[in-house]
Amino acid sequence: MAIAQASLERRRRRRPGHRPRSPRTPYVLIAPAVVAMLGFLVYPMASVVYYSLQHYNVTQPWDNGFAGLDNFRTLLFEDPLFWQSLGFSVRWVVVEVVLQLLFGLALALIVNETFVGRAVSRALVFSPWAVSGVLTTGIWVLLYNPQTGVSRYLADLGLMEYGAAPLADPDTVFAAAVLAELWRGVPFFAILLLADLQTVSKDLYEAASVDGASRIRRFFHITLPHLKDAIILSTLLRAVWEFNNVDLLYTLTGGGPAHQTTTLPLYVAATAAQSHDFGYGSALTTAAFLILTFFSIAYLRLSKFGAR
Amino acid sequence: MTTQTAPPRHDAPPAPPRPRHRPASAQRVSRWQIYVPLGLYLLFTLVPFYWMLVFALRPRGSSSLIPWPITLENFATIWNGLGFAVFFRNSLLVGAASLVATTVIALAGGYALARYDFRGKRLFMVAMLCTQFIPGAMMLIPLFEIFRTLGLVNTLWSLVIAETVFQLPLSLILISGFIKNIPMELEEAAWVDGCTRLRAFFAVVLPMLRPALVAVGSFAFIHSWNNFLFALMFISDQEKFTVPVGLAYTLGEFSVDFGALAAGGVVAALPVVLVFAVIQRYLVQGMSAGAVKG
Repeated sequence: MAIAQASLERRRRRRPGHRPRSPRTPYVLIAPAVVAMLGFLVYPMASVVYYSLQHYNVTQPWDNGFAGLDNFRTLLFEDPLFWQSLGFSVRWVVVEVVLQLLFGLALALIVNETFVGRAVSRALVFSPWAVSGVLTTGIWVLLYNPQTGVSRYLADLGLMEYGAAPLADPDTVFAAAVLAELWRGVPFFAILLLADLQTVSKDLYEAASVDGASRIRRFFHITLPHLKDAIILSTLLRAVWEFNNVDLLYTLTGGGPAHQTTTLPLYVAATAAQSHDFGYGSALTTAAFLILTFFSIAYLRLSKFGAR
Repeated sequence: MTTQTAPPRHDAPPAPPRPRHRPASAQRVSRWQIYVPLGLYLLFTLVPFYWMLVFALRPRGSSSLIPWPITLENFATIWNGLGFAVFFRNSLLVGAASLVATTVIALAGGYALARYDFRGKRLFMVAMLCTQFIPGAMMLIPLFEIFRTLGLVNTLWSLVIAETVFQLPLSLILISGFIKNIPMELEEAAWVDGCTRLRAFFAVVLPMLRPALVAVGSFAFIHSWNNFLFALMFISDQEKFTVPVGLAYTLGEFSVDFGALAAGGVVAALPVVLVFAVIQRYLVQGMSAGAVKG
């Protein structure tokens, strides 16, 4: 960068006719992005933090005013649903990210090989990546419904009982939601990891196999270390995304039955939309933001991201 | 992100002709080790799509798993009766506008980040990373208040703005990573030939950014096409619904019309699957050069 800058200076001096660029240029270029993000990301976030310190309930305006840390005290000590939804969020994120990573890695390794039909297979197995949460719900509602679903056709063949309704049964609802999200989540990892696999030097494999290293050894000593940063980054991005994402659970289970599948963001949305308690909803949001940021920094530190 | 950058694909020397023997990694994999797991996974991927197609295309009351004879009555129902024609148009408008806004803003900003040093650059980069932790779902209330102040509630503009803003950080990172990989000398050569900086940008940099632009543009379009919560919260007028909201309403009916639900699903899936089919090869490229390493 410094060298480029220096040679740039030289060029400019050499051509006196060239209008010198004012130092304002980069600011002008970046201004639209800054304005958009200040206005519609930073300011709303700041207002969330501000409201988290206020009593602000549309239905009880007489109580509105500065609250100090009241909202946070309630959240920590008096609200079992906060802890329950946080607990479910963690469980959801861990199960989804781990399974998506394992399947995504396996898939990336497979479609990285050379075989007939590779291009088509790639396009097909990656395709659920582009599907929305609502559409995923639509499709899996069809698949899970006792009248229209897979179970009915299996029952027709005598392979299982009629009337299985995975989404209504508290014992199976978690697994059912996990499977649906897995369906559209695995391609994310497969795409990212495949991109990184293609940058592994072929010579390394050649050398290792000349030295008689088995496929498994090559995987653990060449492939996995190479993928390390990509895996750390993609699991982090995915964890944050799965934590924040509400489309699928909102439409598939609505957080039920009996709040069993309510994540923290779903709980926030319900607090804001149903009880109109914006002050408390903001405190929940702030807590979620802090938890995510803290987790992300800790994750990057502990995993030694970027260190080889 | 790290500072380490992958060599750009566009100016890499042409690949040497493939050696006759297969690379060692492929040597000992037998075909069934590939085709069996791949086939199983393909089944898991494709059965849900197929299920949707069957319910969308087969006549009402049929329970056959082969949709024959094909009927389009479900599509007629949702397109005209349930208003998907309007939802489809709205989603297209929002998607196209967010695509253009995101790409243009990210292109300008990404160029500044890649090619200039200026005060506040580090702060801006850190802030961009932090925005990744902001739960979009939880910004609904403050965003709603802002749009109400601006008089944009219940307009498609609110969706375009929200989509663009949430798409910007990742797009900026991706595009600036790509621009950094384009050698500065190429641009300087164009200046020596008498191009202004702007002309050099259009003549030299822009053509090389194609994979990045395709990735960023299609991300923006797909995200905007798929977004549900913003449209659910900011839009109350049925004439301005987008496809996911329309689909969620079909789901929420007391007695779900499964044919209509499936047909709505096909309508919702078609544009993104088409876009995806076109871009998926660029996607892997764009990711490896920009997002992960840049």
